[in-house]
Amino acid sequence: MSVADLAFFFFALVAVVAGLFVVVSRNPVHSVLWLILAFLSSAGLFVLLGAEFVAMLLVIVYVGAVAVLFLFVVMMLDVDFAELKGEMAKYMPLAGLIGVVILMQLAMIFGSWQFAEQAQAMRGAVTPDPAQVHNTAALGRLIYDDYIFMFQIAGLILLVAMIGAIMLTLRHRTHVKRQDILAQMYRDPAKAMKLKDVKPGQGL
Amino acid sequence: MLSADISTFLPEILLALYALVALLFGAYGGKDRTAPLLVWVTAAVMVVLAVWIGGTTGDARLAFGGAVVNDGFARFAKVVILLSGASVLVMSQDYMARHGLLRFEYPLLVALASVGMMVMVSAGDLMSLYMGLELQSLSLYVVAALRRDSPKSTEAGLKYFVLGALSSGMLLYGASLIYGFSGTTRFSGIIETVGTGEISLGLLFGLIFLIVGLAFKVSAVPFHMWTPDVYEGAPTPVTAFFATAPKMAAMGLFARVLFDAFGHVTQDWGQVLALLSVLTMFLGAVAAIGQRNIKRLMAYSSITHMGFALMGLAAGTAGGVQAMLIYMAIYVTMNVGTFAFILSMEKDGAPVTDIGALNMYSKAEPLKALAMMVLLFSMAGVPPLVGFFGKFYVLMAAVDAGLSWLAIAGVIASVIAAFYYLRIVYYMYFGREEEAALNGGANPVLWAMLMGSAAIMVVGVVNLFGVEGLALAAAQTLVN
Repeated sequence: MSVADLAFFFFALVAVVAGLFVVVSRNPVHSVLWLILAFLSSAGLFVLLGAEFVAMLLVIVYVGAVAVLFLFVVMMLDVDFAELKGEMAKYMPLAGLIGVVILMQLAMIFGSWQFAEQAQAMRGAVTPDPAQVHNTAALGRLIYDDYIFMFQIAGLILLVAMIGAIMLTLRHRTHVKRQDILAQMYRDPAKAMKLKDVKPGQGL
Repeated sequence: MLSADISTFLPEILLALYALVALLFGAYGGKDRTAPLLVWVTAAVMVVLAVWIGGTTGDARLAFGGAVVNDGFARFAKVVILLSGASVLVMSQDYMARHGLLRFEYPLLVALASVGMMVMVSAGDLMSLYMGLELQSLSLYVVAALRRDSPKSTEAGLKYFVLGALSSGMLLYGASLIYGFSGTTRFSGIIETVGTGEISLGLLFGLIFLIVGLAFKVSAVPFHMWTPDVYEGAPTPVTAFFATAPKMAAMGLFARVLFDAFGHVTQDWGQVLALLSVLTMFLGAVAAIGQRNIKRLMAYSSITHMGFALMGLAAGTAGGVQAMLIYMAIYVTMNVGTFAFILSMEKDGAPVTDIGALNMYSKAEPLKALAMMVLLFSMAGVPPLVGFFGKFYVLMAAVDAGLSWLAIAGVIASVIAAFYYLRIVYYMYFGREEEAALNGGANPVLWAMLMGSAAIMVVGVVNLFGVEGLALAAAQTLVN
């Protein structure tokens, strides 16, 4: 067994175990931490495949941004996960039944799976030859050239998500005192302040 | 290459650019004060685009390497989508303003949803199918929850979102199986690999999951559960929008993917669609009988109508697609008029949705009651109104395709459904005498929409405004 094989088994095992713990751990914060581990080991798998750009993206975007965001959300949300789980237990038998049926269907598909004759050629046709082009450049060509349409529509979808989030949550409060810097700067101390000599024992 | 792509897809690009510019204008130019202006401008832009698209002719043109296709079928669906979206927008302006719901984002979200719907009906690739669908759905989730201080509206938005995400998951799973089998996401590639004759089990599973995902979007039974709650909870103008343009888009997408990617194996999906169709017609017809809330009633009514439209698709022929297009065009027109009536149902400024409030409405407003009666008769499919011809074409298509049992079931379901339409007519003309339950003002836009829609139902009997020939030409570009 070569070093690469050993590394593959190591990363694969860690990814699967971490994925399991994401689901089963009781504390949601621990779940997120396990999720980060799963992301990191998947990044290792991508490096082994020779897709180092995707590996770095996974670490930077998913671990660096998404997982940390998750962590914040989980810690800041006031959700009683134990109660949610209790609620879930009620529906467990039915959900389990549906799950088993779907699993059996999957097994059926897997057992009788066949590819179309041209499938391999068609799948290869869109990607440039990896020996010729660096995989970062190949990805760039696919996303920004061949699939520019999907890329732009995805941008519109994200825009809608942003508009929606603002529209559904932003409230303009009316009775809030805001800082008006110009008014502060042009304020005249002579007009705004009056000095009074208050004698002891007397009010104004 | 890019300029040719852009010119093929120019209307969609212009609508998206308009939405971006209008968003900036709204955000920097006075927020919600600009909303009435934006509503009218958006509607005008959509009408102009519809006229433009309707005026273009020509063969099918591919753009962006086959990701989208611009052909007669897509153009027909886009015209229906844009015109109905624009009518619903102008209808909603007054209602939204009076109930403090007129945010400047509302017309822009409708415009962006329309972009998504236009992408849906001209999708030529599993990825653009999904992108268009999500752009449309995400905008709809947001406008469903527009009335954010109302628990019902929030519930509608959340329920729609969660169930929509589930159905998208199903659709994506099916799409991934199809990709796995054929090695491509282009419809043109898929139809080559599928070939004719027997299709493999894995591919069949993929196809079924895809159909399930789409059946959710057209609210076909048994994937209809969200419809009544969302229709009831969403603000009424938004409900009117849900019941019109997105339905046309989803049916168009359905036809698009089934014929463009699986056109050689019609018998495989035809039977699935026939089953969905018969379930949808019957459940919609029976479940509506117990409804007193007119918005829920319209939800079940739209479910029944989708069953009929699916019947046209289940035939799997060009005649079936033609029937589906005619049916959808008529359905959308009827719904615009009916919702114009529902929007005008109010007492002392508060909206009323109980159908009991319509008792003896004919005495208070004879003309509006007459128009509503025409629309309800048309929905029920009573000859000689236009609604009858919609049903007639789908039934003919089903019989021609050898699905006589489906056609008979359709006739029975439409008789059951006639009950609840006629009950409203009964209330309006022969109901109990009581003090006026409705005293809504006469908004000229709503009045015009109601009267226009009712007039179309009567005048259209002559030649259906030529929609029959247009739909046939559109269907022939899809099925060959």
